[in-house]
Amino acid sequence: MATLLIRGGRVIDPAQGIDGVNDVLVRDGLVVAVGPEGSQAIGRADETIDAAGLVVCPGLVDMHVHLREPGREEDETIETGTRAALAGGFTSVACIPNTEPPIDTQSTVEFIHQKASRADNCNVFVVGCVSRDREGRELADIGQLVEAGAVAFSDDGAPVYDAELMRRALEYCRMFDKPILAHEEVLELSRGGVMHEGLVSLLLGLTGMPAAAEEVMIGRDIALAEVTGGRLHVMHVSTAGGVALIRAAKARGARVTAEACPHHFTLTDECLRGFDSNFKMSPPLRTAEDVEAIVTGLADGTLDCIATDHAPHAREKKMLELDRAPFGILGLETAVGLSVTRLVNTGRIGWPRLVEALSTLPARILGLNRGTLQPGAVADITLIDPALTWQVDVERFRSKSVNSPFHGWTLTGRAVVTIVGGRVKYRLHAS
Amino acid sequence: MPAPPNELETFPDGWGHRHLLDLERLSPDEIRLLLDTAARFKHATDGCRRKLSVLTGRTIVNLFFENSTRTRTSFSLAARRLGADVVDFTASSSSLSKGESFIDTARNLEAMGVDAVVVRHATPGTPHLLAQQLGVGVINAGDGPHEHPTQGLLDIFSIREHRGDLTGATVGLVGDIAHSRTARSNLWGLVKLGAKVILCGPPTLVSPRWREVGVEVSHDLDAIIPRCDVLNLLRIQFERQNTRPFPSVREYAHLYAMTRDRLKRAKRDLLILAPGPINRGVEVTAEVADCPQSLILDQVTNGLAVRMGVLWLVCGGRGGESAAVPRSHSRVV
Repeated sequence: MATLLIRGGRVIDPAQGIDGVNDVLVRDGLVVAVGPEGSQAIGRADETIDAAGLVVCPGLVDMHVHLREPGREEDETIETGTRAALAGGFTSVACIPNTEPPIDTQSTVEFIHQKASRADNCNVFVVGCVSRDREGRELADIGQLVEAGAVAFSDDGAPVYDAELMRRALEYCRMFDKPILAHEEVLELSRGGVMHEGLVSLLLGLTGMPAAAEEVMIGRDIALAEVTGGRLHVMHVSTAGGVALIRAAKARGARVTAEACPHHFTLTDECLRGFDSNFKMSPPLRTAEDVEAIVTGLADGTLDCIATDHAPHAREKKMLELDRAPFGILGLETAVGLSVTRLVNTGRIGWPRLVEALSTLPARILGLNRGTLQPGAVADITLIDPALTWQVDVERFRSKSVNSPFHGWTLTGRAVVTIVGGRVKYRLHAS
Repeated sequence: MPAPPNELETFPDGWGHRHLLDLERLSPDEIRLLLDTAARFKHATDGCRRKLSVLTGRTIVNLFFENSTRTRTSFSLAARRLGADVVDFTASSSSLSKGESFIDTARNLEAMGVDAVVVRHATPGTPHLLAQQLGVGVINAGDGPHEHPTQGLLDIFSIREHRGDLTGATVGLVGDIAHSRTARSNLWGLVKLGAKVILCGPPTLVSPRWREVGVEVSHDLDAIIPRCDVLNLLRIQFERQNTRPFPSVREYAHLYAMTRDRLKRAKRDLLILAPGPINRGVEVTAEVADCPQSLILDQVTNGLAVRMGVLWLVCGGRGGESAAVPRSHSRVV
């Protein structure tokens, strides 16, 4: 029996209310025990990792990742995307189905599972399409996709435009207890837009995407979730108004959860002044007030989790004029550094809340048997050096693409060991 | 004031830029320098009619990704009046239709050995991106609705020719501010030179947020006319609008066209500019366009003066022996 002992780290597991210096013992890919050094449950092990000074937490879960395969392998593959995930400390990712073909059949889900298994990096959980062919006309075969292993449903990249279809999706998914992950955008209001509509877009003469384009759709979907009792998960919330709508819905008891992306709590529309397409994403970078609202929303739990919306695009695609370049930003390899630097080290949230946002809650929202270090749990574990200061270098990314505006930034906090199913899959400086 | 031709040998100290990308980021002194240089060239060329040889041996390329007749012609003439060679490159005749990126197109031209690139593009910021990529001077000849610095300069130059200092002058920019690069360049130039700027048009074309940069916003042309020393009538950019921002052209003209009736309520010495091409009957009626206060044709002549000055500054004030050697490229953004 292979055993692994992680010694002397600050073990944080919000699901069990644990936050303290402890050892973690792993046997045969499962967590055996968490306890203080020398306690009865902790015995000798075949392999020991010294985690003194490190945070030891349940493996991070990114519930919003575009792996691009099948169909856009020039941007990312399941192999490169999952390697990037490991380097970022993620032991599980949920892949979004806006591939070519979109993930709307059992065989496509199976293809993803096989590719992920062959890559043998992190876990890949599949998000299926809400609508057949992701065309927004009729429901995909949701029940069969659930059978194949789909953990949630989304037409992300685009909103589910037809309000009745969205209503049916929320209603239908109730019997599987699966959430609908919603990209919220009223397309008529954001048409032709490349950035947030505000003073900066006005000065630059760039077509804006108003906050209302996102908020109107969030409002619609909350109403539909309330009328159906379905589970709505609002993706990449970027506006103060959106946070307020979700806060109010939760207060009424609606079954609504939400995520925020690191770029939306770090950058503002001012970044577009240099016309760099690496700052172009959807929803766009908003204002300083919106950034503040996102941070507050994460701190008070209105926004349940942090997800990256990792959206790789091959170099040449981003080398275009701002209006022709695609929307999207890499996220997997900078998420921990940005979260620690912008949220924890600024005193806005504590470490337990960060672990909750990056592991406990995304796992819970997707219904995964992950996100905790309870005895018997799958030993997906991330070790983070909270004090490690490092410089982002896109040329060293595991991702196939380099579309990150954080190149050259100095961040604090980085995953140094990533363990999946009891096996060390990533070690900083050892790869 | 205008210098004798031999003073064009002296390159001004106050110009430290390799490119002219926008007026927003220039200082008031730099804008004055650009205007003074234009005045020197207008004088030295006898009102933009005579040829000089200050840029002999230089090659200027007009890199136009968007159609234009008057601006391209104006830049070409300006370059030729200074003795430079001019190459016209338009997107329709290029490999862009074959999928080449604008950066590759520009790098190819640079590798052929040009000294300055005059670029027009439908997307804001494209000249700025080219300036980062190329080793030669880049002049923005209009980037979508963002800026059109030589147009802003020539409008201001024309006003200055008639009334001298702009400090305290009230200038109304009327019409499609939302989609107008001319409006943005005028706005920055005028504000920096101490003029009071009023933006006027329907709320769908004039955002109240413009107030945040220190200009006045009005939706009532009749209310502002008596206060204005200058009116610049901007064209409605039908081609840049998703949905029409007003019910009908007829209604727009009713509310915002500069007519003879409206002219009667203006100051007697009101100056009228229109950056052209004008839609007669929409922004301005024919009789007003051709009235004595109209500077529309002065603007065209002064465009040459401004562009001669800008080309000369961007080329470093000298002719060249041979084509410039392209510099090594910086990292791709």
